[in-house]
Amino acid sequence: MIGELGQLALCFALALSLVMANAGIMGAAPGSGTARHIAHGAAMGFFVFIVLAFGALTWAYLISDFSLRTVADNSTTLQPLVYKITAVWSNHEGSMLLWMLVMAVYTGAIAAGGRGGERITSAALGVMGLLAAAFLLFILFTSSPFLRLDPQPFEGAGLNPLLQDPGAAMHPPMLYFGYVGLSAAFAYAAAAMIVGDPESEGWARAARPFMLVAWMALTCGIALGSWWAYYTLGWGGFWFWDAVENASLMPWLIATALLHSALATEMRGAFRTWTLLLAIAGFSMSLIGTFLVRSGVITSVHSFASDPTRGFFILVLIGLAVGGALALFAWRAPQLQRGVAFEPVSRETTLLLNNVFLIASCAAVFVGTLYPLALDALTGQKITVGPPFFAITFAPIFFALLALVPLGPRLSWRKAELKEAMRPLYPALGVAVLAALVVLAVLTPRSLAGAGAFAMAGWLLATSVIEIRRRKGARASAFAAAIAHAGLAVSLLGIAGTTVWRSEALVLVGPGDKVNVGPYTLRFDGTVRSDGPNYRASRATIDLLDGNSVAATMHPEQRIYNAEGQDVSVTAIRTTGLRDLYLALGDDRGHGRWTLRAYVSPLAPLIWLGALVMALGGGLSLFGRLRAKATEPKAAPAVALAAE
Amino acid sequence: MKRLLLALLLLTSAAAAAVPETFSDPALEARARHLQRELRCLVCQGQSIDESNAELAGDLRRTVREQIAAGRSDDEIKDYLRSRYGDFILMQPPVEPVTWLLWLAPFLVLAGAGGVAWMAVSKARKIPDSADSQKIADF
Repeated sequence: MIGELGQLALCFALALSLVMANAGIMGAAPGSGTARHIAHGAAMGFFVFIVLAFGALTWAYLISDFSLRTVADNSTTLQPLVYKITAVWSNHEGSMLLWMLVMAVYTGAIAAGGRGGERITSAALGVMGLLAAAFLLFILFTSSPFLRLDPQPFEGAGLNPLLQDPGAAMHPPMLYFGYVGLSAAFAYAAAAMIVGDPESEGWARAARPFMLVAWMALTCGIALGSWWAYYTLGWGGFWFWDAVENASLMPWLIATALLHSALATEMRGAFRTWTLLLAIAGFSMSLIGTFLVRSGVITSVHSFASDPTRGFFILVLIGLAVGGALALFAWRAPQLQRGVAFEPVSRETTLLLNNVFLIASCAAVFVGTLYPLALDALTGQKITVGPPFFAITFAPIFFALLALVPLGPRLSWRKAELKEAMRPLYPALGVAVLAALVVLAVLTPRSLAGAGAFAMAGWLLATSVIEIRRRKGARASAFAAAIAHAGLAVSLLGIAGTTVWRSEALVLVGPGDKVNVGPYTLRFDGTVRSDGPNYRASRATIDLLDGNSVAATMHPEQRIYNAEGQDVSVTAIRTTGLRDLYLALGDDRGHGRWTLRAYVSPLAPLIWLGALVMALGGGLSLFGRLRAKATEPKAAPAVALAAE
Repeated sequence: MKRLLLALLLLTSAAAAAVPETFSDPALEARARHLQRELRCLVCQGQSIDESNAELAGDLRRTVREQIAAGRSDDEIKDYLRSRYGDFILMQPPVEPVTWLLWLAPFLVLAGAGGVAWMAVSKARKIPDSADSQKIADF
């Protein structure tokens, strides 16, 4: 019964999204108040029905209703409650419903917020309605989570063991808030083109909270995915240039470019058409990412469903959304274009440069991910594009961008004096040089790349501190850029530390054997069987020695999940906050001997801490805006009073 | 794929026992690790043979170490493996006509976007200031 209710709710949501699309776009015309009211009502109804559908599916998981195929495939009665809930979106069907839920939340926010004026809001709702309708058709025809099984099994198959983990559980919702948030930015951009000048002036301002939320969610989502890969996959790496990881990095790069370009559009009315194009590109990257993960053209540790029909459907959707938006752009953009004067030395120019480097680095990721697929499809030739490619293409381009980062906030709009702006930054240059020299003098192995990374991080951190001090006493949102930029530096330190100065030992050990790795001495004390409810495991005991006494004991595990026959290495990580000792148990070589991977990764935790700091910067900016909006009505009478 | 597996099996079983899993000479060991990171585990999802726990990766690691022990250079070892398994085994795609576009694309985009930005800046410079300052005055 609950399954049919869910299915019905999806059908109603589809009908309402079509109404929303139609009425919303009609409401973009001047004086169509009735259409706007209808669009608004349809948006609210759409939100309610999607919540109902999602609630129905969650309920089915909670009561273990195995007459639903997705539930039988992904849950068991024994699964802990939290993993019954996260199992809802751990599979293709459920994750598409999660996508819809996030879309419904954003649609509700657009309708309730009503920023940017009535006509823009209405047109944005219309575009969201079109997108929602397309995705709902996709769900209903190719991936309904409410399909029945007959006869229903007595017990379900259970959730993939790799996904029974907090990091893996939170990763998809985070990423979807990012991907779908970019669809809201896309909707506002399309709305601006539908409405046309001069009503569309405020679109960038109206869309900015959505861009910020999307960007923060992507930042956290990517960091979470990378952290999960680090502690689950068992070889100490944090980023593998895997196609699914790249699929989430590309929208982030474009979203970052969009945030910066939209700033110039909002503050100065500059780069209007460019910002529109970036909003379209950002959502296109989200769709391409979804296509890569969902269609089965790539296989990866992160992707869980693949089916050619679905891939085809998403490809058509990309064609329609991107093609439609670009056609609209070609038609309307020339009317929106407006020349705005600025000098070569100005904040506008730095924002342009930011965009140039971000787009080129995104291009590196894009070709690196898609070129092997295209080459295979066209010629049948198989090549691998692995980390060395990205180290040669992506890394230098992104590094060049980092050098320019501190300049932007120092330069004033329209026209700036480079020397004057740079003068307060000289101490930061000193910090950078000092950092490089210290690294070269103290750390072994001596590494120019490592010294360069530390110099860059020093430059970014010191300039952020200078900027924060300069703005002392200003409201919180004034610190947003400096903090986000400092976050970049923190991540960079972590990446450099782990990549350049990681020590490792890949050894065969028997009971009593000692292993030296980095500054640590470890003693392997053998393994014991430690089986769980649905897996067999060998649990090692490894002592961290301090002289002759035991400073700590660590327990990496090797598990084999019964149902899937899958090996999972459960790593043991001991962190000081600035250095990780990372142990992963390998294969059983008989006679109590095992292969063991031990890594000492200096500064590793900073990689993810930096991402959090970046997101915090985004949060400050968002908070400042929402508060500014909340106080607006109050501020107006105050001004009026002052005028009297 | 089956043929590939068979070939690997034949290739590696012959001298499997003799070669150590780690070289005692740190320079040789570093070379081996570096080389292992540049070779792809053919049955895995984008992992190098250095990272993978797959049996096949172990066999390939052994092959690399045998060849190092036999005194071959890194390039010779790579060429040897490439002649058997194709470009797919190299983590860094070789530069050849079919990959020129791959290697150039990021820098072409960089140059193209840079050119567009250059034009935008020089255009913005020529715009008469008056219209703009008028707008600022309107605020």
